[in-house]
Amino acid sequence: MTLLAVERIKLFTTRSPWWCAAVALAIVIGFAALITGTAPSDFPVTVRTSQFGYSFGLAVIMVLAALSITTEYRFGTIKSTFLAVPNRPAVLLAKTGVVALVALVIGELAAFGALGVSTLLAPSSADIALNSAADWRQVAGVGVVYALTAAMGVAVGAMVRHSAGAISLLLIYGMVVESLVPLIPRVGEDIHKWLSFNVAEKFLSGGAAGGVADGPPLSTSTLSPGWALAYFAGVAAVLLAVAIVITRRRDA
Amino acid sequence: MTRDCQSMAAGPHHKHHRPDKGDFMIEAKGLTKRYGDTLAVNDLSFQVRPGTVTGFLGPNGAGKSTTMRMILGLDKPTRGTATVKGKHYHELKQPLRTVGALLEARWVHPNRSARSHLTWLAKANGIPKRRVDEVLDIVGLTSVANKRAGGYSLGMSQRLGIAGALLGDPEILMFDEPVNGLDPEGILWMRKFMHRLADEGRTVFVSSHLLSEMSLTANELVVIGKGELVAQRSTADFVARATEQAVRVRSPQLALLKDVIAGEGGTVRDEDDGIVVSGMDSESVGELAAKHSIVLHELSPQLGSLEQAFMSLTGDAVEYATQ
Repeated sequence: MTLLAVERIKLFTTRSPWWCAAVALAIVIGFAALITGTAPSDFPVTVRTSQFGYSFGLAVIMVLAALSITTEYRFGTIKSTFLAVPNRPAVLLAKTGVVALVALVIGELAAFGALGVSTLLAPSSADIALNSAADWRQVAGVGVVYALTAAMGVAVGAMVRHSAGAISLLLIYGMVVESLVPLIPRVGEDIHKWLSFNVAEKFLSGGAAGGVADGPPLSTSTLSPGWALAYFAGVAAVLLAVAIVITRRRDA
Repeated sequence: MTRDCQSMAAGPHHKHHRPDKGDFMIEAKGLTKRYGDTLAVNDLSFQVRPGTVTGFLGPNGAGKSTTMRMILGLDKPTRGTATVKGKHYHELKQPLRTVGALLEARWVHPNRSARSHLTWLAKANGIPKRRVDEVLDIVGLTSVANKRAGGYSLGMSQRLGIAGALLGDPEILMFDEPVNGLDPEGILWMRKFMHRLADEGRTVFVSSHLLSEMSLTANELVVIGKGELVAQRSTADFVARATEQAVRVRSPQLALLKDVIAGEGGTVRDEDDGIVVSGMDSESVGELAAKHSIVLHELSPQLGSLEQAFMSLTGDAVEYATQ
């Protein structure tokens, strides 16, 4: 508990988490307002389309999470940290816990905020009530995916140690590489089914009806939403474990 | 801002740090660190006794910082061990209460205030929050405690680092080149500060590449060059041996004098129009000359500078010496 409090103090006594939180909320909720306000009458807003800004918020979460650890290396505070708490795995786990919790809160605020804005702006005929488990997962699941993504961000940040390197790696992978993989002849589609953010999308929108016009493209993962979440969490856990092993062995 | 050192004690509960003389506060045994092909520290063994200010002396690049990082568990030794009060650093519970270290002043997030920085450090080691205000007061940063550390001068950053080191009221303090880059006022403050710490019975292990600085602050010296131990002894002894006396003599009967001195076991070398005698003091040379009725034109003791002595001791151990 002490370590969680320490990491909480460290996170919130710098500016970047506040900026990241504000930007994430503004983007996700702003996109919902934009989409709802401009939706043509033959394509009414749904729960799913209200969450259109999700992937942009995800990018901001990656930045927040990576910075939480890379700035410690950048400014040498990681040494102060390890002098105060020589148990490095405990430090990384505590940091991951705090950052993931913050990401969870941002995700829930953003997702329900987006839904709320859509409800306000949409004509009363639109179907954006949360009336199925799938609808709930689509909205409430955003925070969960953000939290696990934050864990990946901390892990990658701890491995790479440089802000620019870690952030580029995360963003290029999450935003570009995954969507380019299907272009690889023959095996591309099969590989893509198992890539982490594609699988996370399956957890969020797995049961949702509708086609491409109904929002971002649906996931090609063959897992059930529950297993998709477990798989995504597993990827985060493996990355974190590798980061912990590397951090323990390395000179601070 | 007051520059005087106030009491560093943590209030009425302050304990006197006078453990048994037998235990070493810091001990290195065969400490070795290799970076690729470079042997930064090589089979280094030394001890820091309780209640002493031990200077860790060596030219730049001799491996002082690396050794300190290994003692503090930041870097892993390639071979050998470094212990604090008989334990590895990572075995210490709430280590800031045992060892306070300042290796680099800039290990602070520039957007975080001094108070926030100390608050999280205190929290991590179960140190009460009022201690944060106490140490801020000790180093004279109270007035800027809520300003972002990125705007601090080097001197102020250094004080913040010291505040962090004092936070846990530790019995051992480690400073790496604490006067580097400070203005004269800052250097003086730092010297007084070390004496204060020593007077309180704390053990101080402080590195420097300046023997003159160390001769003012340390009572014990661990001298290294090229990562290897050159000497470990008291500062007074080290200075006395290092600045071994020589006597300059001029005489119209130089040849005879040389023979006489050689007969008494002194060594002689020619210099300008006279000789320099080592291994004998000026009294002995004068009496010897009188006994043999040798006329002297000059008899002057030569004191080598500390820096010359240091150079002569670590001379072949200096990595980047000018050719």
